[in-house]
Amino acid sequence: MPASFAPSAADLLRYAPETVLTVAGTLLMVLDPLFAKKSPKLFGHLSIAAFLVAIVAAFQANGAQGLAFSNLLIVDGFATYFRVLVLIIGIVTVLLSYRYLDREQAETGEYHALLLFSVSGQCLMVASNDLMMVFIGLEISSIATYILAGYLRDDKRNNEAALKYFLLGSFATAFMLYGVALIYGATGTTKLDEIRAALLTRGADAWFPMVGIAAALMFVGLAFKVSAAPFQVWAPDVYQGAPAPVSVFMATAPKAAAFAIFLRIFTTAFNQIAGGWEPLVWISALLSMTIGNFAALTQTNLKRMLAYSSIAHAGYVLVALASHSDDGTAGAMFYLAAYALMNLGAFAVVIHISGKGEKHVRIEDLAGLARRQPVTAALLTVFLLSLIGVPLTGGFFGKFYIFRAALQSNLVWLAVLGLLNSAVAAYYYLRLLVVMYMHEPGDVVENLEPLTPGLRAALILPAIGIFYLGVAPGAVLSFAKLSSSFVR
Amino acid sequence: MAEAMQSINLQAGVPISWYLVLSAVLFSLGVAGFLFRKSIITVFMCIELMLNAVNLSFVAFANQHKQVSGHIFTFFVMVVAAAEAAVGLAIILTVFKNRETLNIDEINSLKN
Repeated sequence: MPASFAPSAADLLRYAPETVLTVAGTLLMVLDPLFAKKSPKLFGHLSIAAFLVAIVAAFQANGAQGLAFSNLLIVDGFATYFRVLVLIIGIVTVLLSYRYLDREQAETGEYHALLLFSVSGQCLMVASNDLMMVFIGLEISSIATYILAGYLRDDKRNNEAALKYFLLGSFATAFMLYGVALIYGATGTTKLDEIRAALLTRGADAWFPMVGIAAALMFVGLAFKVSAAPFQVWAPDVYQGAPAPVSVFMATAPKAAAFAIFLRIFTTAFNQIAGGWEPLVWISALLSMTIGNFAALTQTNLKRMLAYSSIAHAGYVLVALASHSDDGTAGAMFYLAAYALMNLGAFAVVIHISGKGEKHVRIEDLAGLARRQPVTAALLTVFLLSLIGVPLTGGFFGKFYIFRAALQSNLVWLAVLGLLNSAVAAYYYLRLLVVMYMHEPGDVVENLEPLTPGLRAALILPAIGIFYLGVAPGAVLSFAKLSSSFVR
Repeated sequence: MAEAMQSINLQAGVPISWYLVLSAVLFSLGVAGFLFRKSIITVFMCIELMLNAVNLSFVAFANQHKQVSGHIFTFFVMVVAAAEAAVGLAIILTVFKNRETLNIDEINSLKN
């Protein structure tokens, strides 16, 4: 086969978002020595601009759907949905970071460059049609995030978070990769569509037990990445120790991308052996919800509590995966968007009150916030109600679609246990509301600075998004439904 | 190309299953070391061992399928492992600088 190595114009267009982000990240590193002293905020502005251009590029790429670079990449509605989602998360993360980096007097150039690289890896991941591309995207995203998790080099908590994230992240990657090797050995290909075709024509039993072991290994690797039980132990430590803007970034963007590829691999390539992996996902979903919610009940540290809550939310998304239907996929996509917005908003408040060196991250530090800064408190209330899943918020429709999909797939018990779990979760979210509204203001709230413009934007944008998803979910949901047909 | 592949045909002498078993043993040793060793550097080396076990599987399978792609994957894995090592060693250095210990059990300040 005479291979042409020159990419076609369509290939380049389909790969445009990653190109934009990588070029912008490199540019930031070149500009870093010139502007680091004079205008540290410039790098944030530039990366927001890059993210916006990349969103436009992602929509342009969506106009030319199809395979690119000898079928290594695939641009479809599914890829576009997650590309735009991680790019939006990137923008809000930059908005959150202005105040944080300023307060910690950290260097801004490298931070924003790493953020751009990480998001470019996630964009690549969600648009992969090849397990090796998944691996490379995953690593581009992870390696940049390892550095971000330990960004404040002299902070012991940052060091520890980076170390734990790095060790367990690479451990998980090795599992994933071993699964890729076995699949390659069994089917002779790493392309998702070809694996699917091979399993369809010859049946998975032809390679028993290799394909099953490969799927199990990839399940372990991906479950680590999305912090699903029983592979969730790293998440509370890492989210607690990392800089708060990085914690929320880790809890949203890499997680959304990992879930995207989880859905794509298991519903396309491994569709034939669904009977094997569905029980695994079922158990993992239940464990994640239960462990996450019950552990969150006893937490006193806000970041740690939100970490456990993110484990529980990973469980809800796994319920959608276990239901293994178009509605389930669409529900997972919708839920991940709502989840990202509400987590970003909640963490924005944490960053606002935490103070220099993140001294004030206990739940009591929120005491009396409603008396001194009613608007901030009201916005946090919106995010918490959405995390609970109260109607009129995005969280409600997310949970509704997921549990409806579970019921349609006859997973009655999983849906019932999931709903009971949501009731438990309501307790620890409502406790924050009680502290905020009923308690007398403490020292932390009395000495609180007013909201900076960046944080204000980082609070208002997710709040608008949550109301949009909660009041008019139709547009996003119909796009998700349409896209879910690409992965089945 | 085909002749070159033929001349290094592993299957002529050693069946592929031996390579796969060796790879699985190496991978398991890496996992065991990751779980039970105390020094961060050793734990990190165990991860590298796991990646190299995967590489062995890739080349063995590539040879079995008579494809080049499996060989190329090992280069991808090596490049990524090198990047990971650069970042990982830098992280380990900062940890050592701030705590003066590399015992994994003493790095446990994050709790409720």
